[in-house]
Amino acid sequence: MTDTYAPLSLHVPEPGCRPGDTPDFSDFEIPRAGDVKRPPEDVDPDDIRDMAFSIVRVLNKNGEAVGDWAGALTPDELRTGLRNMIKLRTFDARMQTAQRQGKTSFYMQHLGEEAVSCAFAGALKPGDMNFPTYRQAGLLLSTDYPMLTMMNQIYSNAEDPLHGRQLPIMYSSKENGFFTISGNLGTQFLQSVGWAMASAISGDTKVATGWIGDGSTAESDFHAAMVFASTYKAPVVLNIVNNQWAISTFQGIARGGVGTFAARGHGFGIASIRVDGNDYLAVHAVAKWATERARRGLGPTLIEHVTYRAGGHSTSDDPSAYRSGDEAAAWPLGDPIERLKTHLITIGEWSEERHTQAEAEILDEVVSTQKKAEAVGTLGDGKAPSPRDMFEGVYETMPSHLIRQRQEAGY
Amino acid sequence: MAKMTMIEAIRDAHDVAMAEDERVIVYGEDVGFFGGVFRVTAGLQEKYGQSRCFDAPINESGIVGTAIGMAAYGLKPVIEIQFADYVYPAFDQIVSEAARLRHRSNGDFTCPLVIRMPTGGGIFGGQTHSQSPEAIFTHVSGLKVLIPSNPADAKGLFLSAVADPDPVIFLEPKRLYNGPFDGHHDKPLQSWKKHELGEVPDGNNAIEIGKANITREGNDVTVLAYGTMVYVAEAAAEETGVDAEVIDLRSLLPLDLDTIKASVQKTGRCVIVHEATRTSGFGAELMSLVQETCFYHLEAPMIRVTGWDTPYPHAQEWEYFPGPARVGEALKKVMED
Repeated sequence: MTDTYAPLSLHVPEPGCRPGDTPDFSDFEIPRAGDVKRPPEDVDPDDIRDMAFSIVRVLNKNGEAVGDWAGALTPDELRTGLRNMIKLRTFDARMQTAQRQGKTSFYMQHLGEEAVSCAFAGALKPGDMNFPTYRQAGLLLSTDYPMLTMMNQIYSNAEDPLHGRQLPIMYSSKENGFFTISGNLGTQFLQSVGWAMASAISGDTKVATGWIGDGSTAESDFHAAMVFASTYKAPVVLNIVNNQWAISTFQGIARGGVGTFAARGHGFGIASIRVDGNDYLAVHAVAKWATERARRGLGPTLIEHVTYRAGGHSTSDDPSAYRSGDEAAAWPLGDPIERLKTHLITIGEWSEERHTQAEAEILDEVVSTQKKAEAVGTLGDGKAPSPRDMFEGVYETMPSHLIRQRQEAGY
Repeated sequence: MAKMTMIEAIRDAHDVAMAEDERVIVYGEDVGFFGGVFRVTAGLQEKYGQSRCFDAPINESGIVGTAIGMAAYGLKPVIEIQFADYVYPAFDQIVSEAARLRHRSNGDFTCPLVIRMPTGGGIFGGQTHSQSPEAIFTHVSGLKVLIPSNPADAKGLFLSAVADPDPVIFLEPKRLYNGPFDGHHDKPLQSWKKHELGEVPDGNNAIEIGKANITREGNDVTVLAYGTMVYVAEAAAEETGVDAEVIDLRSLLPLDLDTIKASVQKTGRCVIVHEATRTSGFGAELMSLVQETCFYHLEAPMIRVTGWDTPYPHAQEWEYFPGPARVGEALKKVMED
């Protein structure tokens, strides 16, 4: 080493593929389905550190479920999962179009990520609480929560359960285990840990799930949540949905020099697993494993769902400006609906005809529900929430200064 | 009735609240085994167990964020931010989350939460242990902001804060923890134990939120103050001989505008005193409200006496602190105008 130094330069990571480039995922290491073993739920997190660098996968190229994470779901449950994913995709497509038609201000779809929230939902028990981001509506749509209520919320009409106060898709349903969504990123990750701590303080057996995107793991609240979850061994499952893109920013900007997002868990002594987020069976199996750990007081789990955001970030986004249009098709983990459909057909529990019929039935349901919602009103057209509602619910009891302002406003 | 310092009164209030309701959970930095750097929570872990009173990692956003999750679950967290100066990392959780859960979910989720924090200067704490950030919180819809000035009020307001269904910012003027302080820093401190205001009722003495307290009656000028400044204002009135009416606001949000109005309409003059920096301070809001509601009763321009618009200094503490001399000058000036 000499004692002279070359001028330093700033390292800014770049994705491998920009508009006009040919997508190349050859560096993306994907283990074969069934390769990653299923450890017992009471495993020492230190003994499964390798799982943060591999990917739990169940469905192979031929549509067969293989390995010891397979076999947790019956054909009926798989068909329900498939229907839920089709429903979510159909719902998204209709609402995305409704936004383009000016019926609401904003929408965010799940295209390509349907398995993550739909498969996870089946691993939970009544009373558990999800703290989702804006891209886990499958956790709600997979319950008996009415689709009509979701649409009324999106249209901010007179039947909107949130009285027009919240942005579209920022649902809330305590009864269905779906915490009120915030547009501020990462805050809910900490709140999920607090909710789980409360369950433990109260001697309950309920668990919480926290959700965050790959980009938002850079928020301080992500790290705070990990500290609290680790320190108090909170009964929580912390989920990172790595869909590769945070609006226009590729995952490498948030990930930095670490190999994977899941590996963040190691510094906190938290069991950390990566899962194929487009494999319904794998997501469900890992969710079941992690919720079981939490419910038995064995500690938190960090799950990185490896998936791909096939659509734009939101209706306000145009991905063609920053990534290759061919990237979604080149994504090596495929499409979650196609993969589960192929599996069900492979095991003789589904067919192309039944699939087409299911799609038609679901489209009918979504369209007729949409008509009902639109009969009530859409944003700025039809029956709307009262302006008076804006003043309600800031506090349980309206203080005098708000009463004066409401009167001043004429309501 | 027992004589207590403000620290003992707030501790006693914790004891009452925790005994009454097992959903009350207390945590924060150094709060558990040690009982807090100001000793407010001393003995609570021993009495109520580790799951109801415990130490937290040094992460204010983490403390508030987890408390919001606990409140959403159905518990009633009471958390300590070690100094108000340390609250800023938790700002997103307070402003975007705690304050808005009820509204944005239409009451599906609520956030009954008390966030305690020692506030104000006068202890040579420099710029990181002396700030008065109350105005920042009063600017946020969905929060309540309380600041007691004596042990009995501290206990009573704390118990109302714990019972409240919405998030409450509970500011504790740390210069008043051990005794009333009138700004004469060169004089020995009188202990609450020897002061009539050190009398604290036994049991639950909940004091209604949103009610100001007239601590000194007068006819010529109304002084609006809170926290430590209540005693500074009283001292200034005594020393100048101005017949001032001193109002201890106690609750900044909601604000007892009726009491303020009645007093200013009686006296026709108004001086506003706070320790925080002046620009966009809570005094600006008070001045607006008095102007809007009492303009035709005013006989002189209102005056604000506040901390300067500088970071809170260390060596220059008493030049920064709006002490009785500065408040006294304002009283004389408002009478001359």
